[in-house]
Amino acid sequence: MRAGDLISTDSTASLRLRGDDADLNFAWQVLADVPDPEVPAVSVVDLGIVRSVTWCDDRLYVQVTPTYSGCPATEFIEEMIREALQAAGFVNPQLTQKLDPAWTTDWITAEGREKLRAFGIAPPTGSASKRSLLGESGEVHCPHCDSSNTRQLSEFGSTACKALYRCDDCLEPFDYFKCI
Amino acid sequence: MKKYDELTEFLLRMGDSALVQGQRLCEWCGRAPALEEEMALMNVGLDLVGQARNWLDYAAQRINDGRDADMLAFRRDERDYRNLLLVEQPNGDFAVTMSKQFLYDAWQFHLLEALTESADQQVAAIAAKSLKEVIYHLRRSSEWVERLGDGTEESHQRMAAAIDTLWRFTFEFQETDAVVDSLSESGIIPDAGALKQQWQQTVAKVFTDATLSVPEDARSFYLSGREGMHTEHLGILLAEMQFLQRAYPDASW
Repeated sequence: MRAGDLISTDSTASLRLRGDDADLNFAWQVLADVPDPEVPAVSVVDLGIVRSVTWCDDRLYVQVTPTYSGCPATEFIEEMIREALQAAGFVNPQLTQKLDPAWTTDWITAEGREKLRAFGIAPPTGSASKRSLLGESGEVHCPHCDSSNTRQLSEFGSTACKALYRCDDCLEPFDYFKCI
Repeated sequence: MKKYDELTEFLLRMGDSALVQGQRLCEWCGRAPALEEEMALMNVGLDLVGQARNWLDYAAQRINDGRDADMLAFRRDERDYRNLLLVEQPNGDFAVTMSKQFLYDAWQFHLLEALTESADQQVAAIAAKSLKEVIYHLRRSSEWVERLGDGTEESHQRMAAAIDTLWRFTFEFQETDAVVDSLSESGIIPDAGALKQQWQQTVAKVFTDATLSVPEDARSFYLSGREGMHTEHLGILLAEMQFLQRAYPDASW
């Protein structure tokens, strides 16, 4: 490929984008392929951390919300989102962090929950009511054998968003995505 | 010590306390009694450092002198830190670490719950985010206080000694000053009296369940974290935490 091809390819890509519905849908599709770096089975869209995608003054604006305040992946995720959008032809996308309303596991999509389970992580059960936050969590099913005969080993697991569980039927330990 | 407007002072108090408590927890890295405990201590520490970043980001925006949250964390001296005296105390044994965590969690929990209704939207947003995490922290530290207090003779004695060491610093949860008075009057932070009562109730309940006696109200002390007058432990903690940025300012990788 010659330099001229690259330049013309780039300009075609950015000229194509006008910020109409088709472009915004395209942006959502691009984001649906950006994996969470710690749980690569799910995308940032599955996790519900992309809060909005809008177009203003020839630029794409993406609002992202962090899962946990101290999640070390937050900045890395923003960088991955920026790179994916730029590769897809969105020039200089603008990313902003949105704290309010605070992220809740209720925003994890049904598809995302299924992907978590297939990956070996039990998805959050029930909704993030205050009762569930105070420890009255529902049954947690083993992602391997689906048994509900499970128990918590530690409230904090390999990452801030997970707790450590064990299945008393198949005896496998597993991560549970905490309900917040 | 440089003084800022009341809201900024409050943001620094919140951010500095969370940061120092987070840093203390991280001192357990590689030394915790069990792997699960180590992960839990680090997870709580990580949440607190993240919360500190949110508070200090907002403080930096208001100070608006070119410094960001990192600069506030790594380039301020001990005298400019506004954290609670409690959180800068050394970790001691596991009883001291968990008692300190519990006293702080109980205070954070009630304060953050009230702050979700703050007249300042950004304060309310940071509080709502932090509260979800702090509920988990408080649940865990309460369980430890109960298990150790109502455990063996030795664990009970160690808990009683830990509370004896730390209790004197809890006067800072109760004392008001011009910043607290003015902010609670304008609905940005809750009334100090009501907060003190809620904190006392939570502490009394957990201590009673843990067969530990509840001490009398702590009296004022000659030092004050929010005035930048700290115990000797903070300087040592900052020397370690800030080393890299002090030795190699603006280092990046």
